[in-house]
Amino acid sequence: MIDFDTKKFHINPNYRLQFEEAQKCHVLLYPEGLVKLSDTAVEILSRCKQAVHKKTLIEDLQKDYPEAETLAADVSDFLEHAASESWLVVVED
Amino acid sequence: MLEDNNNDYIPMWLLAELTYACPLQCPYCSNPLSLPAGRKEELTKEDWIRVMKEARKLGAVQIGFSGGEPLVRKDCVDLIGTANDLGFYCNLITSALPLTEKKIEECKEAGIKHIQISFQGSDKETNAKFGGTDSFEHKLAMTKAVIDKEIPLGLNFVLHRQNIHQVTDFLMMAENLGAEFVELANTQYYAWALHNRDKLLPSQQQLIEAENATNRFRDQHKGNMNAIFVAPDYYERRPKKCSAGWGTTFITVTPEGDVLPCQSAKIIDGIEFPNVKDNSLGEIWQRSDLFNRFRGTSWMTEPCRSCPEKEQDLGGCRCQAFMLTGDAYATDPICDKSPQHDIIEKAIASAQVDDEEAQPLYFRNTKNSKKLSAMEEGS
Ligand code: SF4
Ligand code: SF4
Repeated sequence: MIDFDTKKFHINPNYRLQFEEAQKCHVLLYPEGLVKLSDTAVEILSRCKQAVHKKTLIEDLQKDYPEAETLAADVSDFLEHAASESWLVVVED
Repeated sequence: MLEDNNNDYIPMWLLAELTYACPLQCPYCSNPLSLPAGRKEELTKEDWIRVMKEARKLGAVQIGFSGGEPLVRKDCVDLIGTANDLGFYCNLITSALPLTEKKIEECKEAGIKHIQISFQGSDKETNAKFGGTDSFEHKLAMTKAVIDKEIPLGLNFVLHRQNIHQVTDFLMMAENLGAEFVELANTQYYAWALHNRDKLLPSQQQLIEAENATNRFRDQHKGNMNAIFVAPDYYERRPKKCSAGWGTTFITVTPEGDVLPCQSAKIIDGIEFPNVKDNSLGEIWQRSDLFNRFRGTSWMTEPCRSCPEKEQDLGGCRCQAFMLTGDAYATDPICDKSPQHDIIEKAIASAQVDDEEAQPLYFRNTKNSKKLSAMEEGS
């Protein structure tokens, strides 16, 4: 698990995030499998290509989606899920 | 022909069997019995590049480089590089024999994302006995090297009656090596394995013990290693779907360019096998007789046709139906609703007779290839 309060993280470098024309959606590819991503998931994950802090990530998203009230909580939940699936990995400093 | 909604099916997976050549001789090999004598007929690098481009167009995202031993082809690393540039997620399925630290580095630079290494036993002797080559130390060293280079690694242990008791040793070994993912894959009885079935099929008791051992290991070692146990279907009451559904998810291209819905489909008689040298992959996926023949459920005969479970297993595996009953349209005899289910019961009974005098294992080599192909033609 990633300690999101102190550590930076980014997308697992062994995974691939890309748009697929045939599927008409973004997919995340990992060993022998894939997930199709929702728009929200893409919005978050595409900002994790470089190492990022949860706090900065939420601030950035909130700037772009000022009307989203539960954004911080939703992003936190998503990050926990993404970490448990190894989509995200911690950056050791 | 069923052409209504073929555009809905996207082949997520391209299995590229680069060559049937392999330094090992596993007696359960899934390659055809009639191995080609030489490698002249193999697709060229340019052919493979075209095939990969066409597969990407259809929406394929995962590619598995397999064989035989894919690294026997000198252009394997180049093909990985091209596949990676085209947007594929590249998996390499290897025996590890041709690997060196340098080769692993090259694969990584080319963009390999996952390497699967197979073991034939959990110790030097068993591994050598079933692979036909003394390769254990090298496999261990290469497994470590892949992990050190931070490439996701899967270990694959092929289980059968003569090594299934080693499950716990396998798992300990995998954990000590630092593997993330382990597949304990029971032999499935096709191709070479079918001919060695009496010598390889475990008893139900052995299977239960092996599954229990796997569960015990999982309970005691709550680490990061993910271990899955794949049982042989002979002890099931329902068959498994053919590769996630015939013509729905997988495309296999053989070394000579034949395009198949699953690795073993070539055994089915009376169908023409499309080849990438004559047609595009898209054409084959959407319009070939082979891919349309068993798509969906409309081809079914009884008891599948009126079975309430038909969407769940799609009548099982067509190759297995053909191999065991002689009719590719029959219900997979694994299903206990099949009128021919006794074939499976007899196979299980016959494998339980431990007869040391009986035919020894047929290892996968040229001599046995000739012998077994001749036997098949005669039958
Ligand atoms: S099963 Fe064994 S002999 Fe067959 S291709 Fe794989 S490593 Fe080679
Ligand atoms: S009869 Fe056919 S469709 Fe029904 S469960 Fe058996 S294999 Fe599946």
